[in-house]
Amino acid sequence: MDVIPSSVYLDTATAAPLHPIARQALLAALDDGWADPDRLYTQARRARQLLDAAREAAAETLGVRPDELSFTPSGTTAAHSAVLGGLLGRRRAGTVLVHSAIEHSAVLHAAERHVAGGGTATEVPVDRLGRLDLDAWSTAVTASGVALAALIAASHEVGTVQPVEAAAAACADAGVPLYVDAAQMVGRMPVPTGWSALSASARKWGGPPGVGLLVVRKGTRWESPWPADERESGRLPGTVNLPAVVAAVASLRAATADAASQAARLAPLVDRIRARVAADVPDVEVVGDPEHRLPHLVTFSCLYVDGEALLHALDRRGFAVSSGSSCTSSTLRPSHVLEAMGVLSHGNVRVSLHSGSTEADVDRFLAELPGIVADLRGQAGVVGL
Amino acid sequence: MTTPAHPDEIIDCLGQRCPLPVIALARRLPELPVGAVVRVLADDPAAAVDIPAWCRMRQQEYLGAAPGPAYDIRRSR
Repeated sequence: MDVIPSSVYLDTATAAPLHPIARQALLAALDDGWADPDRLYTQARRARQLLDAAREAAAETLGVRPDELSFTPSGTTAAHSAVLGGLLGRRRAGTVLVHSAIEHSAVLHAAERHVAGGGTATEVPVDRLGRLDLDAWSTAVTASGVALAALIAASHEVGTVQPVEAAAAACADAGVPLYVDAAQMVGRMPVPTGWSALSASARKWGGPPGVGLLVVRKGTRWESPWPADERESGRLPGTVNLPAVVAAVASLRAATADAASQAARLAPLVDRIRARVAADVPDVEVVGDPEHRLPHLVTFSCLYVDGEALLHALDRRGFAVSSGSSCTSSTLRPSHVLEAMGVLSHGNVRVSLHSGSTEADVDRFLAELPGIVADLRGQAGVVGL
Repeated sequence: MTTPAHPDEIIDCLGQRCPLPVIALARRLPELPVGAVVRVLADDPAAAVDIPAWCRMRQQEYLGAAPGPAYDIRRSR
């Protein structure tokens, strides 16, 4: 009889398990924060206090002013708002959006919308490790008609941390505002400086799903791309999900306070995965920058292995991971990030750790992975190729 | 990169999903003499990434893409 293995969740880069502090705050705010903060009665004033306190706490954690920070219905909405609003606010300066080739799909979809509306997008390449080509970036942002530049702070797929401050300096020289997608960095690492707009997503740091952050620094030309609404200072329409916002900010503070010690604990586990996978699994390509990277995320590709089959095989052994392989995507296209880096896209696995991930979890994964890959290769008849 | 108009052999992987085109290439190329050129016909978009990546991992020479969509590889070792 098969023993059902205990579950090991290794897909934090998609969504971290809900932080215990987020759960407590959510339950309390469901009782206390259900009313509309914009109304004029006792319950509404309580909700307004909660929302204002959440905004101040989030702003303080990120080192920005409360009136620069808006809550959005998702990280995706925050990214769309940053891109489309940044372009709209600078339409007199030009219609060119400069972005790296490895942006999150939310940014690329906003770019597609911009191009469909008559705008232009300039894509800046990355190298084999997923590092931005800074020379090409500087050239691109210096060209005429650039309204906005967008750069992911750290790759959600391969973990490579980007040279944000150098990219920001090039933008400043050219007078172009920089939008940074910091979804994988907020709550884990100090966020670099020099940007004009930033977005993040609460479920990445242990907050509930359905809360994003949009920060637009004072003096940045930005106009809401959405139909007019008085909510969130006119930046985002619709009532915020206040209980979720309260929970998101409580967990943001907790995750940020604990970030350095978590990074110190998780980075060696990621180092171990990088080294052991490369040593114990034949014909594997561990991708992403080995040094300048996120502390909790590692990606590798196994030659001749079907990515979907690998995910299912790992799931049967209790391991939850994600993949950039084409067979695991709804579009049946390989990850544009792996494509831009020119690395193997099939048999791809992304492992991302969270505060509850243990050394024992990682060691069990490392003990089982070589056999799982060998079995799949055996079934496909590709051993020895 | 230039692609030869007449490869020594064509492997038809149209309609196959990755990693099958790469596997077909890995099976066939070592059976051909060093210097031979194989053209892999593959319409899975992942082949455009994975065939050059395989060539790099196996130290074989990737010559480039051709209409088809197709990818030309020379056995170099």
